Amino acid sequence: MIFLELFLTFFKIGLFTFGGGYAMLPLVQAEVIEKGWMTNEQIVDFIAVSESTPGPFAINISTFVGNQMGTAYGFFGGILGGICATLGVVTPSFMIILIVAKCFDKFRNSKVVKGCMSGLKPAVIGMIGSAVVSIGTTVFFPEGVNTSVFTGAPFYISLALFGVMSVLAFKKVHPIIIIVISAAVGIIAGFALGL
Amino acid sequence: MNERKNKLSVILQLFVTFFKIGAFTFGGGYAMIPLIQKEVCENKKWLTDEDILEIVAIAESTPGPIAINTATFVGYRTAGFFGAFFCTLGVVLPSFLIITVISYILSEFRELKAVQYAFFGIRAGVLALIVKALWSMYKQCPKNPISYIIAALAFILAAVLDVNVLIVIISSAIIGLIYSFVAMKKEVKK
Repeated sequence: MIFLELFLTFFKIGLFTFGGGYAMLPLVQAEVIEKGWMTNEQIVDFIAVSESTPGPFAINISTFVGNQMGTAYGFFGGILGGICATLGVVTPSFMIILIVAKCFDKFRNSKVVKGCMSGLKPAVIGMIGSAVVSIGTTVFFPEGVNTSVFTGAPFYISLALFGVMSVLAFKKVHPIIIIVISAAVGIIAGFALGL
Repeated sequence: MNERKNKLSVILQLFVTFFKIGAFTFGGGYAMIPLIQKEVCENKKWLTDEDILEIVAIAESTPGPIAINTATFVGYRTAGFFGAFFCTLGVVLPSFLIITVISYILSEFRELKAVQYAFFGIRAGVLALIVKALWSMYKQCPKNPISYIIAALAFILAAVLDVNVLIVIISSAIIGLIYSFVAMKKEVKK
């Protein structure tokens, strides 16, 4: 049953996410790609959508995957799929915060929590680093790692775009502007070179 | 009776406030904090700035996305269980509605050449955004040898050895816990 599976998968993702922003990315990649629900490329595309729409990445990606998977059962299937996945990702947070709020002071000063966090924080960074490598591979080697890409224009366009956009990102240019410029360059280069 | 009416009105206001926050923040959890502060502390005076700082610190060290954790916690602190429920619903709803619509649009237009070209460019831009996000996270992480070792180990396990990320997460928490207790024991002996 896809709807129950969506709920359980995103419940698991919510339960094991520590931190904001892209902390969820390695988990989403592991679960969603493994189940064959999305490819790495589709996840990258969706990150762009999520950056250009309001709301947290966690909710955006859950709703999107749920909707895409549920649509096989028609329009309302898509809605229901979105609801199941979103409910799944929110439920662990909601329950845990209610419990923590009741024993707030104990939790805040807990040495166990602090100890666990001191290991989790750097681990999340290492795992996002791993996500960067896998996404980089998809961007520069869309057909799989192969030396033949070095002879084609797309590789160099991607490389140049990545370089320029990195500079803009570090200069704190808004993500939406970066996405819009990248899209424009992609469209122009695509039609001009007939990729 | 009046008190009950009052509570209902606060819950409704919480819902509306967090719906607005969900609808107008780009970039998730951390981007929301200034808006929450403005609405919840300055405008409505439900909580103090200090409360918010504490709540964010807890939201960072409990499982789940920071945006959801913060919304649930602010709601609970302000108006109990139903406050928590309606804050969470409020923050989730705009995303849910917008993405549902976009999901259908994307399915319709994905085959267009122009859209495919746009995404070809966008992928390189997104990679740059994630590299930048990674750098910001690195800057906020404690800089000591054990942190570097854990980060490097997590990277190798996930990227090279393809170990399940859940295993990496659980073992890194255990290592952090053991290390901090060992470090504390040493401290006590001194």
